[in-house]
Amino acid sequence: MAGYNNIKITPPRWLLAELTYACPLQCPYCSNPLDYAKYQSELSTDDWKRVLTEARKMGAVQLGFSGGEPLTRQDLPELVRHARELGYYSNLITSGYGLTEDKIIELKQAGLDHIQVSIQASSQELNDHLAGTSSYFHKKEVAHLVKKHGYPMVLCVVIHRENIHQMPQILAMAEELEADYLELANTQYYGWAHANRDLLLPTQEQFKAAEQIAQAYKEKVAGKMKIYYVVPDFYEDRPKACMNGWGTTFLTIAPDGVALPCHSARDLPGLDCPDVKAFSIEQIWNESKAFNFFRGQDWMQEPCRSCDEKDKDFGGCRCQAYLLTGDMYGADPVCAKSPDHHVIEQAIASAEATAKMTVTEKPLIFRNSKNSRKFSTENS
Amino acid sequence: MAINPDQIIKFSPTHRLQWEEVQQKDVILYPEGMVELNQSSAEILKLCDGSRNLERIIADLEQKFETTGLKDDITGFLEVALKNGWIQQH
Repeated sequence: MAGYNNIKITPPRWLLAELTYACPLQCPYCSNPLDYAKYQSELSTDDWKRVLTEARKMGAVQLGFSGGEPLTRQDLPELVRHARELGYYSNLITSGYGLTEDKIIELKQAGLDHIQVSIQASSQELNDHLAGTSSYFHKKEVAHLVKKHGYPMVLCVVIHRENIHQMPQILAMAEELEADYLELANTQYYGWAHANRDLLLPTQEQFKAAEQIAQAYKEKVAGKMKIYYVVPDFYEDRPKACMNGWGTTFLTIAPDGVALPCHSARDLPGLDCPDVKAFSIEQIWNESKAFNFFRGQDWMQEPCRSCDEKDKDFGGCRCQAYLLTGDMYGADPVCAKSPDHHVIEQAIASAEATAKMTVTEKPLIFRNSKNSRKFSTENS
Repeated sequence: MAINPDQIIKFSPTHRLQWEEVQQKDVILYPEGMVELNQSSAEILKLCDGSRNLERIIADLEQKFETTGLKDDITGFLEVALKNGWIQQH
């Protein structure tokens, strides 16, 4: 773990605590790893408290409690209380499933700052189909209760081909629920979304039409509701500045205690992502192989190495480069300058061809333990 | 957005103003976001505690820093703060 001394290491700002992979929902675009079912162990309450304490000491201030469904952890209020005492701004990122008014009050008293509720669609039928669970009306009720108890309310809707036509209704629903923020998150094609890409990736026409509607609405609700629009990078010609640069800002801890520079990084080969049970957060952040792997620019190849935009996008996403080209050192293929950019064009063409079929041959693969175990066996 | 000079100004209940030791800075925290403040911006926001109007904030800061002529800077910053939802006037 030496030889990285020439790069200035900035402290972490964002800690994503993936408390569990357990989730009652089965969304086919889940960002958890396909083989999540093989990671059965979960960190203890004491381990999580130590992680929170150590990361806070280093400078982390935004804290996301995520998963899976973080509400399945019985110690959530205790962790929230610990986080508040340390001075974190705590965000609960939840499906809302199982969230009662009593729990909302308990978490508020423990010091939770914000609840982000995800809704899969603007209609019950589609929401419940995508979630694989009857949850639509409860989610709307949860959104009301979050507002009622004085939390800022963020509604998150993941956008893809199955619901993109509902854009006007989704916007109206968010306004009706009095969301303070609406996150329109175009699907990022990792994990389960990658496996279902032919069925989820919207066509360019669909994307453009939806974006226009969302942008117009932004002006209509200015001052009332902020709209965050996550663009689908497949329709961009430059990659996203993934994670604000590797090992600069974001620290993710997976349910089993593995520390990751981004939540997909455990799929990259040879990183030896460190375990918080064996190392302190300071050791992990400053000294580990994984967190230093793509720090700075020495790892870059052409066209990134000589590119005048490398300070802006850091060569894009390492996980996407690996997932789509097998080379984690290459430029993110989303970039039009990438020699592998054709894989993006092929993905778009393949999804469009699937969209035109009247009967699709393969159904959506829902995110559940049965399907996850199938993926684990295929890859072992 | 303009500041109503008569109404009191209070910091938004859905944002948090906090000193960050590691950064040696005051910051505003809100859902999944953070704004780093310079010292003068932080001093202004700390007075938006629901007990002062614009004139009072200016007077208190001019007294604290033993200076005059802060009106335009303070008003300008508070207009930005109001637009961003960091402060409220109702």
